[in-house]
Amino acid sequence: MFWNKKIETLNNKDLQELQLKRLKKTFAQVQHVDFYKKRLAEAGLKASSIKTLDDITKIPFTKKQDLRDGYPFGFFAVPLKKIVRIHTTSGTTGKPTVVGYTRKDLDTWSDLIARNMTMVGITEDDVFQNMVNYGMFTGGLGFHYGAEKVGMTVIPSATGNTKRQIEMINDFGVTTIHCTPSYAMHLSEVAEEMGTNLDSLKTGLFGAEPWSESVRKTLERRLGVTAYDSYGLSELFGPGVAFECKERDGLHIWHDAYLVEIIDPRTGEQVGDGERGELVVTPLVKEAMPLLRYRTGDVTMLMEDGCLCRRGQKIARITGRSDDMLVIRGINVFPSQIEHVLLKIPEVGNQFMVYVDRVNHLDEMTVEVEINREHFSGELADLTNLQKKVVKELRDALELRTTVKLVEPGSLPRFEGKSKRVIDRREAI
Amino acid sequence: MDNKKFVIKQISVFSENRPGRLAAIAHALGEEKINILAFSIAEANGFGVVRALVDHPEKAHDKLQSLGFNIAFTEVIAVKMKDKPGGLYEVAKILGDAGINIEYSYAYSGKDGAVLILRVDQVEDAIKKIKSSGATLLERSIFH
Repeated sequence: MFWNKKIETLNNKDLQELQLKRLKKTFAQVQHVDFYKKRLAEAGLKASSIKTLDDITKIPFTKKQDLRDGYPFGFFAVPLKKIVRIHTTSGTTGKPTVVGYTRKDLDTWSDLIARNMTMVGITEDDVFQNMVNYGMFTGGLGFHYGAEKVGMTVIPSATGNTKRQIEMINDFGVTTIHCTPSYAMHLSEVAEEMGTNLDSLKTGLFGAEPWSESVRKTLERRLGVTAYDSYGLSELFGPGVAFECKERDGLHIWHDAYLVEIIDPRTGEQVGDGERGELVVTPLVKEAMPLLRYRTGDVTMLMEDGCLCRRGQKIARITGRSDDMLVIRGINVFPSQIEHVLLKIPEVGNQFMVYVDRVNHLDEMTVEVEINREHFSGELADLTNLQKKVVKELRDALELRTTVKLVEPGSLPRFEGKSKRVIDRREAI
Repeated sequence: MDNKKFVIKQISVFSENRPGRLAAIAHALGEEKINILAFSIAEANGFGVVRALVDHPEKAHDKLQSLGFNIAFTEVIAVKMKDKPGGLYEVAKILGDAGINIEYSYAYSGKDGAVLILRVDQVEDAIKKIKSSGATLLERSIFH
């Protein structure tokens, strides 16, 4: 099912023409922002500098810190009277980032959400419970208006009071839910305690935090839903930027609305399809707050294979933050890759620590991992084999030889929120 | 005949190879008034397994587990040896001739003679062969 079949299945040539037209328009729109006016002048860029899509690489990146420096309204390209809504993103350090929307922006945004929901088979026959924060967080109102646009019956339940949420799901015959994967997990536990199995549910839309395939399996089993990954960030409207289709093998990002690049976060150079790097996006349809080459900090890759659903090129599920990237003997390593490997080995825990040292001018990476209490046989040989297995799995995934240290369960530090699992000791010497 | 009484519960404790780990295990057992009758450490790449025969294996298990140690029970057997030259040979030969592999072993020598603790791949068979050869197996009740 398509919300807008023509645009969602546009052929490459027409898509690129549309993207170039919109890039030029965005380039003109940012001239209303002092930051860009100055930045582009310094780089010697004029409207005539953008002749092809490849010319985008001439433009300097925009970073999260730039937006913070523009607090509160420094990045608005229209007068405040044209802004009909403001959202902010939580600032873990310093001031939050402010994003603004014109009436047209809100329309464009809800249209993208409608595309995503239609893509996974949701229709006006569905009853939708939106269990996310309705305040400054973009996930609440974003999904709300998208769902109304589809014509669903929308229950703006927001967060909290899980028992009441479950009663509403049962009493209103809710078919579709949207929440964070961790809240969905909590919901399933409370439902189990209450002795209800939420029979009416069919579809779960989960986003706003990274989640694994094993969480997907658990949620699908416990809630009786098909679970879809939703990706977005407030700087690019909010949720709805990219979404899984029914194939659930990567996320469709809307290329008519977002010009996508994947870069090596070290060099800023674009990397090829199938290579992991940082997602950089130039939104092509934003009025209130146009951006150029915005560094999302999220790690993904452009997937090489086409999709059965005939929509455009997909990105892989987000696997971490580019800030966490390490370069070991010239190879880019993301701690999330290590986590993925460990998740697949039941004999070890999911906590880990990474130490990087320079020994005889060579980078050496040591991974400490806890052995799993349930899998300890008491035999030394089993432990030695386990150690070899972890080394091999890591080598296969990272193309890098590592030293693996098995440590006692519970001995590694537990982190809440932003974790510091990597200790790079290379500069200290 | 009941050969189960010859199967002895050894505790095997995973330990990182760093200073103080053995002391931590020993202190915990001492606190619980658990006596260690025999013990050995096997070391691999950066970690080891502490193996011990204790008088109260269940209590030792619960105490060490509550402290966060990774601990498992392993079935071993104990054979009396002559505490003189050739004593070990006699026992080892019985198992070798029977095609039973010794995975690891440790020994102690006390006032009642020498004892060999054995972890073998076929416990039942080993017990039968040792008994039929005339050597003496120690019963579990002697330890726990």
